[in-house]
Amino acid sequence: MRTFVRYAPLLILAVLWEAVTRLGLVSVQLLPPLSTVLASFASLVSDGSLLGNGAQSMLRAVAGLGAAIIVGFILGAGMALRPRFEATVGPLVELFYPLPKSALIPLVMVWFGLGDMAKGFLIFLGCLLPVVLGTYNGLRGVDHVLVWSAQSLGASRRAVLREVLLPAAMPQILTGLRTAVAFAFLLMVASELIIANNGLGFLIGELGDNGAYPPMFAVILTVSALGFFADRGFVLLSDRLLRWRE
Amino acid sequence: MSERTLAAAPSRRWALPPLARLRGMALRWTSPLVLLALWEIIGRLGLVRPFLLPPLESVVARLGEDIADGALLNNAAITLYHALAGFVLSVAIGVPLGLLIARRRAFRWFCEPVVSVGFPMPKIAFLPIFMLWFGVFDLSKIVMVTFSTVFTVIAAADAGARGVETRLVWSAQSLGARSLAVFWEVALPASMPQILTGLQVALPQSMIIAVGAEMLMGGAGLGGAMMQAGSYADAVGVYAGIVETAAVGMIAVVLMARLRAWLLRWHAEFNPR
Repeated sequence: MRTFVRYAPLLILAVLWEAVTRLGLVSVQLLPPLSTVLASFASLVSDGSLLGNGAQSMLRAVAGLGAAIIVGFILGAGMALRPRFEATVGPLVELFYPLPKSALIPLVMVWFGLGDMAKGFLIFLGCLLPVVLGTYNGLRGVDHVLVWSAQSLGASRRAVLREVLLPAAMPQILTGLRTAVAFAFLLMVASELIIANNGLGFLIGELGDNGAYPPMFAVILTVSALGFFADRGFVLLSDRLLRWRE
Repeated sequence: MSERTLAAAPSRRWALPPLARLRGMALRWTSPLVLLALWEIIGRLGLVRPFLLPPLESVVARLGEDIADGALLNNAAITLYHALAGFVLSVAIGVPLGLLIARRRAFRWFCEPVVSVGFPMPKIAFLPIFMLWFGVFDLSKIVMVTFSTVFTVIAAADAGARGVETRLVWSAQSLGARSLAVFWEVALPASMPQILTGLQVALPQSMIIAVGAEMLMGGAGLGGAMMQAGSYADAVGVYAGIVETAAVGMIAVVLMARLRAWLLRWHAEFNPR
């Protein structure tokens, strides 16, 4: 009930959408009625095209994001804990930071062609920096007093890392990961719209080119919902991970 | 705490003796230079097909050509036009809306769920809809940039205005300030740091979306030029395009940081004790 009241405005928007199209205030060509969009959603689900393309997209996003999280964490932690490493990698990170990530799309096209590898690698590159910066800033920001106390109590280097540094840095690391999740979706859709022969972005582009607007709107809403629920799920997960904090 | 350490950093750096500063700078530039040298060596030795990694000098030569014949200036201006027009629009809509959401309950009730859904959505997926509505020229690209960044701006303005210390507002009121004066003199300046942080996120977002939209729709601009180079298998053009896009992105980020320093010149962040 509370969620219903909370999301009531979205329901109002949905009713408004249906109303303006049914009353002919907006051309049905430009904005198909919501009910038509939902009907084409159902037929996309039943003919399997949504599920098949969705699985392809998710596979790319998860593979790229997973690799970015692992490599990014190692790079970020290395930079924060080893000054030598920071002197080597830090300037490169700084150099690539302002590069608009979508500019990498033609580059991965040149390197890997049009296949899965190209899109997976693009998502990996795009998600890498937020993870590196979140880990680096998080570990760097840990209060020295905490580390000293642990050391004075006889904690080994490893124990300090596991018991003090990582938990203290966790909020910032998770913020970086949340940005990375958003980037993964953005780059997945953008790259599939530009270069692909399957995936949700491809489906959107193809339906649009054929003038099949109701199913196109349906897929766009599906992608948006996926992005929304991925973020919500991530927030729930990080709340669980940070349960020990006040 | 973190604000103070941030603010203290520049003053300490300038206090270094010149020699140490030179060494620090040399250290910063070592690995980029090593990377460039490696690029050149790999190209010279032919370890990688030139299509995958064209020789550094040909990319530099292409950059020179693009500068000389005005292509760089032209494309950069068009991309910046898309990104900045969309960004300005998104600030003009997002900041007032965010402040209203923080202050007025009706706005909060209606907008908060909409923003919380819109914020994490992959908004680039709406590009075909905007193409349908606004055509394939400048307007749809600008609207795309605005739509992609406005939720970031709204969220930052909302959080900034809600984080204003009530003590500050009370003090102003007890000194007889009226509500409009409280807003302009107290609430808005106090939420400024967070609003600007939001804008510092939104501006790079605008660049990403502008370049991406240009790639998708074709036409002029850095993104369009790179996409064209990519589909003609012109690897030199792709690499030159990435360098150009990165340079424009860097300029935008630096200018935004300058703007922050100027707007917050009164704030503790830029006035270390």
